[in-house]
Amino acid sequence: MTGVQANTGTGNNRPSVWMRMGSSIDRRFKYYMIFPAVLIILLIGLFPAVYALITSMQGITMMEEDTSFYGLMNYKELMNDSRFWESLLHTMIFVIIALPAELILGLLMAYLFLERLPGRQVFVALLVLPVVTSPIIAGANWRLLFDNRYGPVNQVLGWITGEPVTILWTVDANYVYLAILIAEVWQWTPFMFLLLLAALSNVDQSQMEAAELDGASFTSIFKKIVLPAIWPVMAIAVLIRALDLFRLFDVVWALTRGGPGTTTETVSMYAYVLGFRQFETSLTSALAFVVIFMLAVTITLILRRMEIDR
Amino acid sequence: MMRGDKGTGLALRYVAALAITTIFIFPIYWLAIISFKTPNEIFAFPPVWWPESIQFANYAVLFKDGDVNAIWNSMVVSTVSTVIAMLLGTMCAYSIARFRTGGNFLSDWLISNRMIPPIAIAFPIFLLYVKLGWIDTYLGLIVLYTAFNLPYVIWMMRGYILDIPIELEESALVDGCSRWRVFRKVVLPMTRGGMFATAVFTFIFAWNEFIFALILTRSSVTTFPVQVTHYFGVDSTFWAKISAMSMLGMLPIFIVVAIMQKFIVRGISLGAVKG
Repeated sequence: MTGVQANTGTGNNRPSVWMRMGSSIDRRFKYYMIFPAVLIILLIGLFPAVYALITSMQGITMMEEDTSFYGLMNYKELMNDSRFWESLLHTMIFVIIALPAELILGLLMAYLFLERLPGRQVFVALLVLPVVTSPIIAGANWRLLFDNRYGPVNQVLGWITGEPVTILWTVDANYVYLAILIAEVWQWTPFMFLLLLAALSNVDQSQMEAAELDGASFTSIFKKIVLPAIWPVMAIAVLIRALDLFRLFDVVWALTRGGPGTTTETVSMYAYVLGFRQFETSLTSALAFVVIFMLAVTITLILRRMEIDR
Repeated sequence: MMRGDKGTGLALRYVAALAITTIFIFPIYWLAIISFKTPNEIFAFPPVWWPESIQFANYAVLFKDGDVNAIWNSMVVSTVSTVIAMLLGTMCAYSIARFRTGGNFLSDWLISNRMIPPIAIAFPIFLLYVKLGWIDTYLGLIVLYTAFNLPYVIWMMRGYILDIPIELEESALVDGCSRWRVFRKVVLPMTRGGMFATAVFTFIFAWNEFIFALILTRSSVTTFPVQVTHYFGVDSTFWAKISAMSMLGMLPIFIVVAIMQKFIVRGISLGAVKG
């Protein structure tokens, strides 16, 4: 750091009142300003991380406070834990299906609402609501909707098929994934929609019209003009959603609690069970680190692929 | 293109927009309507789509049984943590925006804090809180939500501060204002809109948070999302309470969000899209 330097976002060489005012109090001012915030984040962020790193190499369980050093034993145990790998697989299923579904539906909706439409403001305002609903409430809400007898989902399916439908959405292993995915896609498609609508509105209209006059097809206009323009926003939206989906917990908790059995148990749910039901302290800490490590690697790869890493 | 079909095209799009919006709003409608139903209507087969009369008994029960305490707890925790996070976060953001404090390292570290899955640090935090005696206290949840929201506040406010011209601050300095006074009298008023928008999302996060509220509370500071899950019993589900409680919890958020329309996209995209 070279003393006090203003970050104006514009030119650098301004005649700097900003710099000349730099007395020693001023120089310390910037550190006073960040101190309280950094302290709180360190308390909640750093302590748990250090603690988890240490305990992940010990042998603490509900039965014993074994603090002797075991090296990577817990990590090894986790690698051999089929329930962990299954929970990872379940999580990936949710990511791989929900993410493209939300993206494609959101994009189609954004196109639908892009041009002038009477009452557009009202529609968009209403579509925001799922996004700001508490995920656990969204899950609870869908549990009532999916109720096999008193919920409207089976009722509407009954109207369509013409015969009574009695699907046990949150219990029947054949339908639990669909149920969770519907709730998930319902809540977050509007998120994609809002971001993509904003991005699409910023695409250069004249460029598109010129291409249209030249007789370019919709697909080629989309590929050559629209996609590059909305790419940065789309990348951020996908990244945010991918990270959220990876820690999926609330909706699953409300709908199935990971059941039937452990059919829909996600990594987050397994970590909860391991830590707060079975009190496998050390194993839980190891799991936390494996998850953080995998996320870090994935994020780095995604950022590199998407070329938004500045 | 297709000048002739413009009317038909618009009509078709309108119908599609109406249908899609209806599908997305229907679940919330259903939750709302259950809260106004009598027990007989809730457990009617086939399900009733519109109750005979709108009645508020389900809400009255929540007030009588003291369940609304959970809303009060959520209110206290969310409000206090939002105010603290906004104050400390904006200070930090100003330092980063104008002085590049900590360089890229500080910014990267802050944003990476937001990417850690909550469950990964839940257990150590639980143990820390047991040691500190913070389990089931307002203080515990307030500190936690403040810490979780700080990176977001700093990130967002940094953007809003960079949007305002630095000349105003410089002329205040020339007039002999101290740095702190410049921050209070120039920066804070200029970023009021952005602060308000950021505060709304900070509040929503704390209001909607579930995992930590579940782990770190027992009975005295239960927040409303945790309270709702209590109504899903092993052998009975309290539909009326679930719906009425959820409505009480969702309405304040919906109202604020309706007022905040123009800030929403920037808020939920972490500032990536300037709306």
